[in-house]
Amino acid sequence: MTTTPHPKATPHPQAARRSVAPPTGVSVMETVGLNVYYGGFHAVHDVDLGFERNEITALIGPSGCGKSTVLRCLNRMNDLIPAARVKGQVKYHGQDVYAASVDPIEVRRRIGMVFQKPNPFPKSIYDNVAYGPRVIGMKVPDMDDHVEQCLRRAALWDEVKDKLKESGYSLSGGQQQRLCIARAIATQPDVILMDEPCSALDPIATGAIEDLMIQLREEYTIIIVTHNMQQAARVSDRTAFFTARPDETTGNRTGLLVEYGLTSQIFENPSDQRTEDYISGRFG
Amino acid sequence: MSATLMTDRPTESERIDLSASSPRRGEKVIIGWLFLCAAFSVLVTVGIVFALAGPTIEFFRQVSPGQFFSTDDWAPSFTPPEFGVLRIVSGTLNVTFYALLIALPCGLGAAIYLSEYAGPRARKILKPILEVLEGVPTVAYGFFALTFITPLLREYWPTFLPGSLGDPPGVFSAASAGLVMGIMIIPTVASVSQDAMSAVPRGLREAAYGIGSTRMQVATRVVVPAALSGIVASFILGISRAVGETMIVLIAAGATPNLTLLPNESVQTMTAFIGQASTGDIAVGTITYYTVFAVGSLLFVSTLILNTISIALVRRYRETYE
Repeated sequence: MTTTPHPKATPHPQAARRSVAPPTGVSVMETVGLNVYYGGFHAVHDVDLGFERNEITALIGPSGCGKSTVLRCLNRMNDLIPAARVKGQVKYHGQDVYAASVDPIEVRRRIGMVFQKPNPFPKSIYDNVAYGPRVIGMKVPDMDDHVEQCLRRAALWDEVKDKLKESGYSLSGGQQQRLCIARAIATQPDVILMDEPCSALDPIATGAIEDLMIQLREEYTIIIVTHNMQQAARVSDRTAFFTARPDETTGNRTGLLVEYGLTSQIFENPSDQRTEDYISGRFG
Repeated sequence: MSATLMTDRPTESERIDLSASSPRRGEKVIIGWLFLCAAFSVLVTVGIVFALAGPTIEFFRQVSPGQFFSTDDWAPSFTPPEFGVLRIVSGTLNVTFYALLIALPCGLGAAIYLSEYAGPRARKILKPILEVLEGVPTVAYGFFALTFITPLLREYWPTFLPGSLGDPPGVFSAASAGLVMGIMIIPTVASVSQDAMSAVPRGLREAAYGIGSTRMQVATRVVVPAALSGIVASFILGISRAVGETMIVLIAAGATPNLTLLPNESVQTMTAFIGQASTGDIAVGTITYYTVFAVGSLLFVSTLILNTISIALVRRYRETYE
């Protein structure tokens, strides 16, 4: 990774990347018997997962296995899909985010999200970062300084410091995604959800985002959905492997969690045959 | 298909025939027809300009532009005639102002509701109703104004308002015509604005919700700015319809060319003047005849200027995604 396009992020050699953070033992989020339905379609079956503080947890598995659906339940983004229904619990510091008294907007302010396709607002780079603090009414003594700090932490500052007033769309795809990460951390969330954040990016931009994730782990709890198994192996501390089971009568595929554990264990010594088949590319 | 390909596969020495297998004349005919369709509206516009220009030039041979634009008495068919067009310009401005006061906020509000708040069921019911409202003949709106809105206004006029603003309107008033014209324009503004908002990519909304924006913040800070060019286009369309609307003002606003912006007075708009003059027996070649064209040209030019300004504004302020 000597070709990393930004000077700020230190390149991580492969070996360093695999290092697992010491287990903190503090569970930030947890799903208990999570089931998701889209209308009559059972999308996800009985998922029990725990996410530890200052760790990166990867959700992997084939297309249609429900990993993105699970991710979008964690900050109630699935609420935006009218037909979606959720059963079971999603706990954030022990509190069920689907409880009647919980406001999804408060949940999302603490659990930020980065999406598959970079989606900056059609506003200036500065306004993209300042948007979050402004809408949530965050008390920021010096917005210019806050924007700079967020862009620095997203390893983007040196590339954009002279054009903060230009549109976010003037940036390359990888820069746009780092801008989206800067925007997500600007509201100082607790957890950051990333839904295949590199799938629209080239390998160099992907490397930059992966370096960034490892830096951000120091301050945040990160949960990432990825199609790229090497990515999961490179960046994550824990990995959850999902698969899809076709219904015998309807043929609809319901996603379920197969195995969850330390990334090293999942990749080197999986306990389930299906995990091993998928990891070794023999999935079929 | 694959079979012919197999037999057509050339040997090394053979030259492949790549010329068109038929002249495709039908396609050329269709392209010609499509071009004519596109050119037709342009030709008609040019035709209108020429039809307006001749009599308008004749009008300004007889009446000086100074008299037309700066005196304030309007009585083109009286003797001696008066040609101060400001009176009917103010009538148009008056009615248009009250129409827009209703149509722009309500139209934009309806669009935001339909695009950002309404569930699929509410949208399925409301959208067709709006579209039906768009199709109601304006003469029906005119009588609705005269027989329903006017009596209501006369009954419930806020008489506590200061000065002459507190006087209840008569049978004909700018308020009644403007109000109903505003109702008429709501669907246009709502429908065009909503299309623009619905075209804003889902990803932008998700980004805003993902940060913890409320629905209102998503609507006002992300969707509306991103859809601004379409929203302004809907406003222009609404203004153009208000300025050009004839039937409602002819029926409900009266025929008194008053130089006023008060809603409770009877006014005559530019279109109502044209409508009224054209229904009478005006002889070709009289000064009244030419006046109709002069006012028509003024309407044409003012909507043209309005559109140009708005397009420039949109270019300047819109937020482009991708």
